Amino acid sequence: MQFNIEVNNRVIEARKGETILSTLYRNGIKVPTLCNMKDLSPTGACRICVVEVEGKENLITSCSYPVEESMRIKTHSPRVVKARKTLVELLLSNHPDDCLYCERNGCCELQDLAIDLNIRERRISGKKSRHKLDLSSPSIIRDPAKCILCGRCVRVCDEIQSVSTLDFLNRGSKTLIGTAMARDLNFSSCINCGRCVMVCPTGALHEHGYMDEVLDSLNNSSLNVIVQYGPAVTVSLAEEFGIKPGKDINGLINAALRKIGFKYIFDTAFAADVVVMETVETLMQKLESNDGFPVISSCCPAWIKYAEQFYPDALPLISTCKSPQQVLGSIIKSYFASEQGINPNSIYSVSIMPCLAKKFEAQREEMTHKTISDVDVVLTTREFSRLIQLYGIDMHNIEPQTPDSPFGVRSSASKLFGASGGTTEAILRTLHFKMTGKEMSSMKYQELRMVNGVKEVAVKIGGKEINIVIANGLTGIRNLMEGILNKTINAHFIEIMACPGGCVNGGGQPFKSDDKDVKARMRTLYDIDDIDSLKVSHKNPLVIDLYEKYLDKEGSDKAKRQLHTCYSKRDVLL
Amino acid sequence: MDGTINLLLEKYSHSRRDSLIPILQEIQEEVGYLSEEAIVKVGNHLNIPTSKIYGLATFYNQFRFEPKGKYHIQVCHGTACHLFGAIRIIDIIERKLKVKAGQTTRNGKFSLEIVPCIGACAQAPVISVNGEYHSNLTEDHLGQVLIDLNGE
Repeated sequence: MQFNIEVNNRVIEARKGETILSTLYRNGIKVPTLCNMKDLSPTGACRICVVEVEGKENLITSCSYPVEESMRIKTHSPRVVKARKTLVELLLSNHPDDCLYCERNGCCELQDLAIDLNIRERRISGKKSRHKLDLSSPSIIRDPAKCILCGRCVRVCDEIQSVSTLDFLNRGSKTLIGTAMARDLNFSSCINCGRCVMVCPTGALHEHGYMDEVLDSLNNSSLNVIVQYGPAVTVSLAEEFGIKPGKDINGLINAALRKIGFKYIFDTAFAADVVVMETVETLMQKLESNDGFPVISSCCPAWIKYAEQFYPDALPLISTCKSPQQVLGSIIKSYFASEQGINPNSIYSVSIMPCLAKKFEAQREEMTHKTISDVDVVLTTREFSRLIQLYGIDMHNIEPQTPDSPFGVRSSASKLFGASGGTTEAILRTLHFKMTGKEMSSMKYQELRMVNGVKEVAVKIGGKEINIVIANGLTGIRNLMEGILNKTINAHFIEIMACPGGCVNGGGQPFKSDDKDVKARMRTLYDIDDIDSLKVSHKNPLVIDLYEKYLDKEGSDKAKRQLHTCYSKRDVLL
Repeated sequence: MDGTINLLLEKYSHSRRDSLIPILQEIQEEVGYLSEEAIVKVGNHLNIPTSKIYGLATFYNQFRFEPKGKYHIQVCHGTACHLFGAIRIIDIIERKLKVKAGQTTRNGKFSLEIVPCIGACAQAPVISVNGEYHSNLTEDHLGQVLIDLNGE
């Protein structure tokens, strides 16, 4: 049902059941908020969104109050603006004055609001709460001193990811966000997906940065610093330099990395092609014996940790093949090192990923060979943009270049790894070839694209029905996993990505991006696939080369040793 | 302790999340505090994440997360006791016994808890040691009580 309300002396249309804030946003009226998140339950915690409603004595939080017929609302009356200003001043009275050193300087919602409300002096001063910095996690740093208790992280962890690591602890002035038994993050059930970092309005939750380590090794002439970058990075980095969302700047990235001084530059997409080959081999073996299904994807390290904690019984189903980052890391320090005559110990392997969980993955014990880790350090898309700025590189004024051989060619299928459903699409193309001996007539699997949540899809390959499940965001994951374990869901392959939409929307991607930007990134990946002539992993000449020269064949002992691993149950408080 | 909690949870076999607080209260009554193990068990039983249980339990003063000491000291911090200097009393105990509110000393001898009101306002300020009230406390009197306890 629709009806009219009056806002700032203008009549606008409202819908029954929606909140005042949704009505305002739909009609293009901007009201600030620090705690509201689209599609998640409103809490009215920050009270910044207050508005004046005629006939009501008190100001009303528009994010949590349902719109009513013939309401007359003022969104920026002097009383409202004064209240907002006081609220922000109170928040600042218990906030560290270290914006210059803060991770979120320049992209902080609290800072923006202070500027918008013209707060130019510290009017309210009081005793500040003292907190300890939590540096325990390789992915996420918690700085409770900067927390404004908006509760976004708690809600996103509960409602989007169903992990529930965080909650409000204590009460009153002692309230803080923490984990069960107030453990440090690294010892909690946190899966390092970084959704909380993406929604945190301040610097209270931010990534564990490794810029200094990378700079030190770049300046160390005895090290061979090698870099790889993930498929979803090339379609998002542009936004950090004011280029429109979804622009692919793959070539510029190669050029920038070379200018910075990385000795070899590789595209992780090459390794995604290898992952396709290995996973298809696993599927073919299982199809032959018609046993051991489903195979669950292992590309997403946040999902892996989730499974280790919540569904250890499902671990044997997870593909033993490492993620593309780790596969490339492993090949660099083995095959590439011996080809080039470089001592693996002198290689410093950097990875640029759209993800925070990749930082955790690189440090896992399973990801080392004889105490040498496959990947030494992981930077996010955001850190990478700062690295480019630090080296004074003008991204608008460089010429595109190509990555280095021997891993310089990738199929466009591997590029699809950046979007949810893409891993499956790449795998199905090669699986089709292996099963039927023929290439597909049309490479597109439209039904696997732009999936929201969990979707079951059946595809026919050479007369055989292959059942697929695509899942992104962990909201529906519990039902899915229960279904798999009690065998009510029978699938051959299941792809799970912890972030809604997949890596294009990862926890390491640029801040301040919305659904539209994420969709634009995704579309670009599909566009690249449309125009590329090499659309399947098994035809990548350099992948074929790698198998001929080094790995022998898919699933060989050598491939098993270098590219595969297994996971075990993880004991944390759930 | 293991058995106690299991037995207790059996009683609540068809319970849902609305029984969380009564269950936690009963565990504390029986065991003396909420251990990590207890929180995990209750979480499994009611299908609630441990972070939510810990969050709720830390909200209320009544729950503790360490075993009680041999002498469990409750300091009343109700309105009357506050006016008669409860803060001073808490301060003295914390300094003399080297223990903070909600904690237990390392040797397990003393634990300190601050409670909203123990219903003896006429005798403020009041503390209770293992249920035995010491009323109209002065600093000297409190000092003597602590010396006596320490000597035992």
